[in-house]
Amino acid sequence: MGRFILRRMGVMVLTALCLTLIVFFMTNLAPNLEKLAKTQGNFRMSDEEVTTYLADHGYAQPMLVKYGQWLGFLPGYVIEGTDGLTRAKCQGGAEPVETTPTFCGVLQGDWGTSTVIKKDVGVVIADKLALTGKLMFWVLVLMVPSALLIGILAGMREGSRTDRALSTVSITTSATPEYVSGVLLIAVFASSAVGLKWFKGTATSAMDTATFENFFLPVLTISLYGVGYIARMTRASMAEVMTSQYIRTARLKGVSFPNIVVKHALRNALIAPFTVIMLQFPWLLNGVVIVETLFNYKGFGWAMVLAASNNDIELLLGISVVSVIVVLVTQAISDIGYVYLNPRISVT
Amino acid sequence: MSKQTETAGPILEIDNLSISFFTRVREIPAVMDFSVQVQPGEAVGLVGESGCGKSTVALGVMRDLGANGRIVGGTVRFKGRDMATLDPEELRDVRGNEIAMIYQEPMASLNPAMRVGQQLTEVPMIHEGISQADARTRALEVIRDVKLPDPERILNAYPHQLSGGQQQRIVIAMALMSKPSLLILDEPTTALDVTVEAAVVNLVKDLGRKYGTAMLFISHNLGLVLETCDRICVMYSGEAVETGSIHDVFDQMHHPYTQALFRSIPLPGADKNARPLVAIPGNFPLPHERPPGCNFGPRCDYFQPGLCDRDAPVPMEPVEGFERHQTRCLRNTEIDWSAPLHPPVQTEKPAQGPVVLKMEKVKKYYEVAANVLFGKARETKLVKANESLSFEAHEGETLAIVGESGCGKSTFAKLLMGLETVTDGSIQLDGRNIEHTPIEARNTQDVADIQMVFQNPFDTLNPSMTVGRQILRALEVFGHGTSDDERMDEMLRLLDLVKLPREFATRMPRQLSGGQKQRVGIARAFAGGARIVVADEPVSALDVSVQAAVTDLLMDIQRKHKTTLLFISHDLSIVRYLSDRVMVMYLGHVVELGTTDQVFAPPYHPYTEALLSAVPIADTHVEKKHIVLEGDVPSALNPPSGCPFQTRCHWKSKVSGGLCESQVPPSRHLAEGHEIKCHLSDEQLANMDAVIKTAAE
Repeated sequence: MGRFILRRMGVMVLTALCLTLIVFFMTNLAPNLEKLAKTQGNFRMSDEEVTTYLADHGYAQPMLVKYGQWLGFLPGYVIEGTDGLTRAKCQGGAEPVETTPTFCGVLQGDWGTSTVIKKDVGVVIADKLALTGKLMFWVLVLMVPSALLIGILAGMREGSRTDRALSTVSITTSATPEYVSGVLLIAVFASSAVGLKWFKGTATSAMDTATFENFFLPVLTISLYGVGYIARMTRASMAEVMTSQYIRTARLKGVSFPNIVVKHALRNALIAPFTVIMLQFPWLLNGVVIVETLFNYKGFGWAMVLAASNNDIELLLGISVVSVIVVLVTQAISDIGYVYLNPRISVT
Repeated sequence: MSKQTETAGPILEIDNLSISFFTRVREIPAVMDFSVQVQPGEAVGLVGESGCGKSTVALGVMRDLGANGRIVGGTVRFKGRDMATLDPEELRDVRGNEIAMIYQEPMASLNPAMRVGQQLTEVPMIHEGISQADARTRALEVIRDVKLPDPERILNAYPHQLSGGQQQRIVIAMALMSKPSLLILDEPTTALDVTVEAAVVNLVKDLGRKYGTAMLFISHNLGLVLETCDRICVMYSGEAVETGSIHDVFDQMHHPYTQALFRSIPLPGADKNARPLVAIPGNFPLPHERPPGCNFGPRCDYFQPGLCDRDAPVPMEPVEGFERHQTRCLRNTEIDWSAPLHPPVQTEKPAQGPVVLKMEKVKKYYEVAANVLFGKARETKLVKANESLSFEAHEGETLAIVGESGCGKSTFAKLLMGLETVTDGSIQLDGRNIEHTPIEARNTQDVADIQMVFQNPFDTLNPSMTVGRQILRALEVFGHGTSDDERMDEMLRLLDLVKLPREFATRMPRQLSGGQKQRVGIARAFAGGARIVVADEPVSALDVSVQAAVTDLLMDIQRKHKTTLLFISHDLSIVRYLSDRVMVMYLGHVVELGTTDQVFAPPYHPYTEALLSAVPIADTHVEKKHIVLEGDVPSALNPPSGCPFQTRCHWKSKVSGGLCESQVPPSRHLAEGHEIKCHLSDEQLANMDAVIKTAAE
């Protein structure tokens, strides 16, 4: 078990390194840097001004050197700029250059500064992750049990009326994109168009204090989309288990139908959807952009879009690392959970 | 228990039962006008080929026919109660409590995610409402009854942690948990090895006697039914064609199908040259394409136009002079049932040809990681799949390789084909060494020379290519002919060779029956004019009546082409019938090698002796010595020390000095061409009794 986790950690570090290198390379392409200079300086800079700006702020160094500095593997730059000011990578705020440490990178726990939000990347990410985490948590609380319930009810009697009704529902919800269902839900439940006005059409206030009223609609919008998918998988898995021979054995042993479903079928039927549920985490993390924008909830997806459109190099790198960690950790959880559900596979 | 003694009448009474399955297109009658009675304590065998409706009868009794199946006529009475009148609650009470079922595939019928103990204790807890602790005590008792070691450990195990034989014992234990009055066994041993099968059958017989349970035993194996049952019911295409006591039906059969069935299975005394098997002509009719009148009519030797094909159901009639013996044949009184079999074409035994294939001290070891998924990568274990294999195969000869699963038969075939290369030793084809040439590096001629016929014809044909195309493809690969036309002609000739109509060239594999598919497989193997054919259990997936035809075909081609046939099988009856020499393998070792007569007569290797006694023989005149091997075949990962067979050997105590445990016995030369690997002294070997004795008629 320890070995297994250790190996997974190794894979995680390696993947993160590769991915950040790629992101680093892309964000450091000349046109992207120019865009960065112009958004940070002013939009009417001449080409020469852009070049000096980039040189002054350490962007003109070779790509790998910059990457090494970000990692904290190479000493951070100290550049005396053409404007007479001395800038250092590790300079925190207004303190003098002389007192700054030599190394400041990921290895030292410094994730850099976001150029667009003007805060520490670490702080920004922690902040946004907490917000999206809150959203994700409630989405999972709503989505997983209802999806499993729908899937199991539909799959336990394949071809029955319940099955067909529930399957129609789950196909419809997974075929409706969030921007459609979101707009619809707002129109019906939050606007004066229908007049119900049960919920709020914006979740901005939920960033501080989430209530049922301001948070339910975004949670529902995301859940609806995911429910269909997981429910379809659960239904297929359940239907297959229900036709298997050991279910016939149980039936001919005289086990009652509810007991067959709960005691004999459930655990076997959950193996396949479990992996799917775990795969929902990365999707939830990045795919919530639309809903976050729609409900004006400034979470992780929102930050990612902001960073990408402003070529905020260090924020983008931080986001990439978080994504890698989330993907691989959920995979590891999924593998371990698999062992628990399926006694035929063992970790030790 | 009082359940068994409550009623005096028959336990199960099926009267004119008809079951149909309903599809969108049509009603498919699966069982028609079926009647059988099971008396208390009696065992009734239900015999027939696949698709004849025998399992449907079992499920009909349990009233578990699925959404599409329905009983359309007749009644099933269990202890006098009509099963059709039971409401779901009462039905649940009968299932598992009064009628229990044992299934074909033990692995699939046990819940993989539940511990064995839980699955066992569930039964009495549902039906008798006893506490978990009491149920557990009962489970321990029953597990001891089915002779499983270490019951506590087994109760806490998951099904996948047990071997196939142990799993089947658990299924049996589960059926016995509530001491039912009727046990339905649906092909309970088909998925097991012969020696394990023998042990399980013995167990079922003993337990049936101990608990006084009536049994309905479903099987395609006549020998097995003879060993276990008191009465038999032969089914053909949804109907019972003959019922009676075992001895009446086996010795005084009164239906042409029963007769044909017996003539198509290899009994002792059958011989491929002097007394070949007689295959049943034609194919089993599909349920919606049954002929008018007698279902067996088109395949029957006694068919009389105007009588047998009249469009009216043939009734089941009692056979005169017998008790409870019925047959469904209109000409039952006209046919002379005791008339001897028309001697079919006899052939000469060909003389032994030159050696084409020679294996010398071939060894194959595999290295496996001790723990594949999460273990230390460097820790490996050695699996000795083949341990010094030496033999010669002559042109035109049939060499049978016999052994149970895990004995190394398949590894041997892979080495020969070049799918694996040897660890040590040599394989010579026509005097050339090929042991280190993998199949990719072999030239076309060598590849074409050694071909294989596979066990399962259902999986080995490409489902999306026509039959003709698949044979043409083989011809292309083997570089046969120069033009497409030439190859097309050759392909049609090959279809002729395997006795398939030429229009089959454009058919898809799914349109073919099992036997026809296997013929395509044979045609493909012979596309390059193969000289050595490795037939890996070529008929074991086929029905008895088809087996004879396919075997016959193989023999026929062999005679014409002087092919060397390496026949891998676990079925000793068929091996005795068609092979010239036999090699018996156990855990990678060749324990006995000799001509068929030498191997099938004493002195035996103790393993051969056990194998012979384990094979059920469908002949009432045959007396067999019963040797039941304890336990399972040891894992090749962890083989026993010394002689590989010592853990299960009955003769071990006769060898002094613990020799069996310490030393692998050397190969001993007993007679010309007869080798045996055993520590028993010459004297002990010479005093062995024959396992199979045929009583004088």
